[in-house]
Amino acid sequence: MTDAALPLERTGPLPVGPTARRGLGWWGVLCLIATEGALFGYLLFSYFYFAVQHDQSWFPHPLPSFRLAAPNTIILLLSSVAMWWGDRGVRRGARGQLLTGVSLALLLGIVFAVVQCFEWRNKGFAWRAGGYNSLYFTITGFHLMHVAVGLFVLLTILVWSMLGYFSPRRSAPVLIASVYWHFVDTVWLVVFATFYVTPYLW
Amino acid sequence: MTSSEVERTPEIASATTDHGRHLEQIWKTAPGIAGFFSTVDHKAIGKRYIVTAFAFLAAGGIEALIMRAQLTGPSEHLLSPEQYDQLFTMHGMTMIFLYAMPILSGFSNYLWPLLLGSRDMAFPRVNALSYWVYLAAGLFMYAGFAIGAGPNDGWFNYVPYSTRPYDPGLNIDFYSLGMIFLGISTSVGAVNFILTVLRTRAPGMSIDRLPIMVWGTLTASAANLLVVPAVSLAFFLLWMDRQFETHFFDVARGGQPLLWQHLFWMFGHPWVYAIVLPAMGMVSDGLPVFCRRPLVGYTVVALSTVATMILGFGVWVHHMFATGLPNLALSFFSGASFIVTVPSAVAVFAWTTTIWLGRPVITTAFLFFSSMIVLFVIGGVSGFMTAAVPVDWQLTHTYFIVAHIHYVLIGINVFPVVGGLYYWFPKMTGRLLDERLGKWNFWTMFVGFNLGFLPMHLSGLRGMPRRVYTYAEGMGWDWLNLITTIGSFLFAFGVLLLFVNLVASLRRGRIAGANPWDAPTLEWSVSSPPPPYNFAVIPRVASRHPLWEDRLAEGGAVRSSVTRGMVLDHGRETIATTPLDGEPDQILKMTGDSYAPFVLTLGMTVLFVALLRHWWWVVPVSGLAILAALLLWLWPERELDQVAETRS
Repeated sequence: MTDAALPLERTGPLPVGPTARRGLGWWGVLCLIATEGALFGYLLFSYFYFAVQHDQSWFPHPLPSFRLAAPNTIILLLSSVAMWWGDRGVRRGARGQLLTGVSLALLLGIVFAVVQCFEWRNKGFAWRAGGYNSLYFTITGFHLMHVAVGLFVLLTILVWSMLGYFSPRRSAPVLIASVYWHFVDTVWLVVFATFYVTPYLW
Repeated sequence: MTSSEVERTPEIASATTDHGRHLEQIWKTAPGIAGFFSTVDHKAIGKRYIVTAFAFLAAGGIEALIMRAQLTGPSEHLLSPEQYDQLFTMHGMTMIFLYAMPILSGFSNYLWPLLLGSRDMAFPRVNALSYWVYLAAGLFMYAGFAIGAGPNDGWFNYVPYSTRPYDPGLNIDFYSLGMIFLGISTSVGAVNFILTVLRTRAPGMSIDRLPIMVWGTLTASAANLLVVPAVSLAFFLLWMDRQFETHFFDVARGGQPLLWQHLFWMFGHPWVYAIVLPAMGMVSDGLPVFCRRPLVGYTVVALSTVATMILGFGVWVHHMFATGLPNLALSFFSGASFIVTVPSAVAVFAWTTTIWLGRPVITTAFLFFSSMIVLFVIGGVSGFMTAAVPVDWQLTHTYFIVAHIHYVLIGINVFPVVGGLYYWFPKMTGRLLDERLGKWNFWTMFVGFNLGFLPMHLSGLRGMPRRVYTYAEGMGWDWLNLITTIGSFLFAFGVLLLFVNLVASLRRGRIAGANPWDAPTLEWSVSSPPPPYNFAVIPRVASRHPLWEDRLAEGGAVRSSVTRGMVLDHGRETIATTPLDGEPDQILKMTGDSYAPFVLTLGMTVLFVALLRHWWWVVPVSGLAILAALLLWLWPERELDQVAETRS
């Protein structure tokens, strides 16, 4: 407890405020992803819990079609790539690349959401029809809601980029939005695999 | 201070009064109503949590007493079956969701930055949000009760009882939406705790120097992050089934009622650990102070805290032994439930050894902390018994289980919390609680509790089912219930003595000073109550017991320092450290007071009321309001260095 015993602090200069990965926001979004990831985990648990208790007749006939879902998956993946490219841009100080990347990600994300609405309309059944249908609409609905939130986030990032808020050093929000968007896309891959692929393997 | 500041070497100096005044200006909350709704001071929020949780404890306690009055003798008619249903459900819901967790969040909120040598929680505004949402969700669920539509299918709310055909009123809708609402508070609070402990500790406070209470709350928060979505989802699916004719729990249409039990208990069992681990941490930190020695086995206690939680994820099916699951599944979960007692036993041995090797000072706090060990062992043994499948088949849904859960929750939550109050009340208010009244307080609670709940084991063994609103004469339960009722009222009288002591000591208690117990951790190095900025300079920590280093010879040549350290006074600032070693990493700019959390909570309250009442047009409106509030909240601020350096 004596001050004399305290060695001189050898701390050099420290960054002030949030910098790309060193802000609290980055850790915050990882926690958000953990809890949201758990939510989807429980949703898919419910799906498989039902599925293992039934035979193939539990699934709809014909089995879910890839016609819209497969190209839509690729669109969403491309959106993620665009966001990643834009995020690289801001860290290199290339504002044009940032704006292009985020705009492209936003646009592709909107296309995904619209196509997803068509996919819903093309389903020849209502959520009321039974356990499978309730789960299909709830799980894809949860995902679509996350897409909507993600699009809102991307739009915000786009506006902030236009306002010149970001620099290579002050770019934490872009990274955070980017990670969240990759998460939403990853979840889709799992949802897609669950609803569109696994019934064929049953 | 310029907005283009990107790097700085923190100035090291000794604390002075001028410096304190400067920090006071930076950190203080505006007086009056404006400050009340906008403050983000973790100490204010922590105290609000504690007061609110105690208010809910009192409400839940009164509900219990009314039930005990009804059960005093056979064939009483004080309550109708429907009233009794709502009372036992409200009692369970209140105690488990609105008291047990929030009270611990209150202590952690108040204490963490002080224990960790920081100036606030990692996300001060999220902290305020988590409190406001907790309050709003609690009031939301009590609003249902107030209009006669409180939840009425038990706190674990099994389907199909709780589905619409069997329970058509608003009761379960209040519960479902209220629990989803409350889940938001718990989740954001958990994120805040995790980041606070990982990133905002004093330099030198490596992970092996954390107080055990921090370990407990960290573990509980990590678990909450992963399990709260399960219960929110379960209640959401139930709400969908009730409102939109989905078929998640309707076995005739491809659904499965057991899905409810799985989702609920995947959450429910880890939750039980989440509401006891931080309280066990309080004992691990508080008890040694009154034994005048460090805790025995710090490392194993910390590890067993984490181990309890990890095992706790794999025991949920022991709540479902009587549902007809395959024997293989039952054996697995039974085995896991036996094993989970091992880390608990480690903690028990560490505490008893600490008392054995120490020189105990018998204060009220010591009595509460040490009696917890006894109650924990009793509750643990009854839990161990029911981990055996055949025993569980015999005892499930009897008063034996009621006795078990009360020994666990009152024993490991309420007793440590009251002990914690006697221990930390001086820090929070500057005044000590009265010790004479405290002893009365303890002995009435301890005797009342055991008198009330020990006979319950026997009622259960004699076959009395739980949740019956009355019972016939001559079943062999009459005298047991009479004793239980007497014990319950005595226990309640003990809690009343606590409230009397709190109110009286707040005004007339002995002045405490900075460190009335001669305790070893950082919170006792600052004045009681602490200033708004907590620490005039950021302390430097060299051991687990910074204030006991002189006598313990811990930490070697390097000593902790609380009077000389980083100044950090360019606005609201604190230091970020690396997660494991606690080395300085970054200067954090902390957010100031804001109305955003309160406004956001109002928006969410409107949303949930609209969902309840089917005011569909209000839903998108409140949704947009919520998005707008979030946007304003997150808008990058130049003052906080969140915006690009100005190019000039």
